[in-house]
Amino acid sequence: MAYVAPAPAEVEEVELYHAHSFITKYVFSQDAKVIAIQYSSVAIAIGVVGLVLSSLMRLQLGFPESFSLIDPAQYYQFITMHGMIMVVYLLTALFLGGFGNYLIPLMVGARDMVFPYVNMMSFWIYLFAVLLLVASFFVPGGPTGAGWTLYPPQAILPGTPGSGGGIILMLVSLVFFIIGFTMGGLNYVVTVLQARTRGMTLMRMPLTIWGIFIATVLALLAFPALFVGGVMLLLDKVLQTSFFMPVILSLGEQLEYGGGSPILFQHLFWFFGHPEVYIVALPAFGVVSDLISVHSRRNIFGYRMMVWALVAIGGISFIVWAHHMYVSGMNPWFGFFFATTTLIIAIPTALKVYNWVLTLWKGNIRFTIPMLFALGFIVTFTNGGITGLFLGNVAIDVPLSDTMFVVAHFHMVMGVAPLMVIFGAIYHWFPLMSGRMMDETLGKIHFWVTFLGAYLIFLPMHYLGFLGVPRRYFEMGETNFIPASAQSLSAFITVVTVIVGVAQIVFFYNLFKSMKSGEIAEKNPWKAASLEWQTPDQPPGHGNFGAELPVVYRWAYAYGVPGAKEDFVPQNLHPDEVGEAGAHEASEE
Amino acid sequence: MSLFSQLAEKPWAAEQAAIDDLHSGGEFTLPAPQVGLRVFLGFASVLFTLFIVVYVERMVFSDWHALPEPWLLWVNTAILVFSSAGLQWAWVSADKNQADGVKKGLYVGGVLAFAFLTGQFLVWQQLVNMGYYASSNPASAFFYLLTALHAVHLLGGLVAWGRTAVKLQNGLSMAQLRGSIELCAVYWHFLLVVWIVLFGLLLFT
Repeated sequence: MAYVAPAPAEVEEVELYHAHSFITKYVFSQDAKVIAIQYSSVAIAIGVVGLVLSSLMRLQLGFPESFSLIDPAQYYQFITMHGMIMVVYLLTALFLGGFGNYLIPLMVGARDMVFPYVNMMSFWIYLFAVLLLVASFFVPGGPTGAGWTLYPPQAILPGTPGSGGGIILMLVSLVFFIIGFTMGGLNYVVTVLQARTRGMTLMRMPLTIWGIFIATVLALLAFPALFVGGVMLLLDKVLQTSFFMPVILSLGEQLEYGGGSPILFQHLFWFFGHPEVYIVALPAFGVVSDLISVHSRRNIFGYRMMVWALVAIGGISFIVWAHHMYVSGMNPWFGFFFATTTLIIAIPTALKVYNWVLTLWKGNIRFTIPMLFALGFIVTFTNGGITGLFLGNVAIDVPLSDTMFVVAHFHMVMGVAPLMVIFGAIYHWFPLMSGRMMDETLGKIHFWVTFLGAYLIFLPMHYLGFLGVPRRYFEMGETNFIPASAQSLSAFITVVTVIVGVAQIVFFYNLFKSMKSGEIAEKNPWKAASLEWQTPDQPPGHGNFGAELPVVYRWAYAYGVPGAKEDFVPQNLHPDEVGEAGAHEASEE
Repeated sequence: MSLFSQLAEKPWAAEQAAIDDLHSGGEFTLPAPQVGLRVFLGFASVLFTLFIVVYVERMVFSDWHALPEPWLLWVNTAILVFSSAGLQWAWVSADKNQADGVKKGLYVGGVLAFAFLTGQFLVWQQLVNMGYYASSNPASAFFYLLTALHAVHLLGGLVAWGRTAVKLQNGLSMAQLRGSIELCAVYWHFLLVVWIVLFGLLLFT
């Protein structure tokens, strides 16, 4: 059947902000692509600080008597800052502020975000939050050492490192982060809802956008809990209120606090903290779906189920939070409820893993760097997910609580796994952002060292946990139950950590060198069907799509369409130009 | 079209493509700023709801001593109702293209909002003079915290209100102003509802 064109495919134009000077173009820019790069640069820079902190901690753990780089107080401070930096200031900011800003307008066919000025403010407030965080390293007493969960009462009492200026700066920084994020989040949500181009229905959006969209909705619902907890803890610290502070004796004297409930803070924190895991994971799920589809030249298997799974995971993630609090003391029925919901969330998650694998099945797999990282993600995420099933069960969690097993679990599932996706995404979209390719050999070295290294670090760490090695200990000393060989294993982990840490220099070298002198990328080098690669310029210019906005005629996964000229059909290619006349385009599942 | 039926679409099927090609892209007929405001109101609702939940959780502990309720709070509530009504008047007038009503409504709404904030500040002073400090009891701490949070939201609204007033001064047409006025009015009504809920909470506990 010949294609009958719908009524004139016009797309309503939007008024676009135009920069007039260097400052408004590159510094106080309102262009989402520039904001994305600003967000990413700041997030990666602070992430490197987090990485250095982890190496310092590992040197202490692996060789307790040999290096005297840090003292116990600093160890606590570094744990805290490493955790907070990586979870909030790196991963959340990079996935949503970085990839969200760059990809949402391009992938839905918009010229820019709907509120460019608010978007710009979002970045500057984020930068301010990061600077406050960094400033806490330089105040008397140093940054807070309360652990990234910031549990009261210890978080704000003397005796905990950084209980003066450190904790105050931490909490104020978080409040600003949330304000800045909310401004960005409004943009991401409304742009996805309202600024799509003609023909771009919700179900034609690439899964990357679905992941970022659902994650943003989660963040807008979850961050208020951190805001509430943070503000009230700040008041407990600064104004001596007793929202969370119980009656406390300190050095034999009764403090002015009394009557508050520390558990209340824990509920608030984890009501934010658990969805936060998915705020990081859902964009990773989305991005990896697209990487796998493009680099195996197949449409994503079960697109609709992938969307449903994202929505379901997002929903369920709000009713599992207390599985972080099994040892805080709770009604057994309460624990039973949260264990059940926690295990249920494995269903949509497993569904996604099956669909990724089934997409690869009989695919024309290309072992490009993005594909390697995507495969690395699937394996790592599955591994980390399975140990999550252990910890989700109350009976198994209680003995494993506060051991290295927990540390290994969450590093696999929400540290290494999302980082795999971030690296894959950078290698994948770098040609679009810079117009140049990254070096493949260096990329492979980077991948294999990082991927194998991550396993050499975290698999033995599970074993340490089984032995009973506790987390958050500056130094083990001698015990009656942990064999001396545990220390050798710990030293091994430290050596690998340092190697993997140093190997990231290869990545940065590749990044900067390719930016300057990398091979010029051909247009749409991966032959992807989604809209961001169909811009007239590569990298896309201000306004993204040249004179006319694109019109979308199909979903983002038209690979291997029978009768088409190439093995992919761009979303915006007019049906008349797809292939030989009569070739029917839609491929039935 | 409902969200559920959209999620059931098969984007790869030819018959669905024929429907999808006609899709204009946007999800709602509302303009983007209106959608943005509603998303923000969702966010703010979650925020206030969480504060209320924590308030109720904290209240059950034995050290809770309810605050006195200064009569000025009733006056403030009435002022905020009239402030909201003023903006509603401006909104209705903008729909009817009555420049005079827009001007009066907008100014009444804004000035009364400032009056409300001043009134809240006076309540704070009264309570402090009576010896109710933030640190003396969780009930008073919550009172200061919640009223401050509400005031900060209203101040944010007043920034938007100020920008609208400047636009009005610059002689923008009703059609150009209507969107901003509607945003202000919707936001004011939201904050009025939040205040009534908070005030009720303070009265009954």
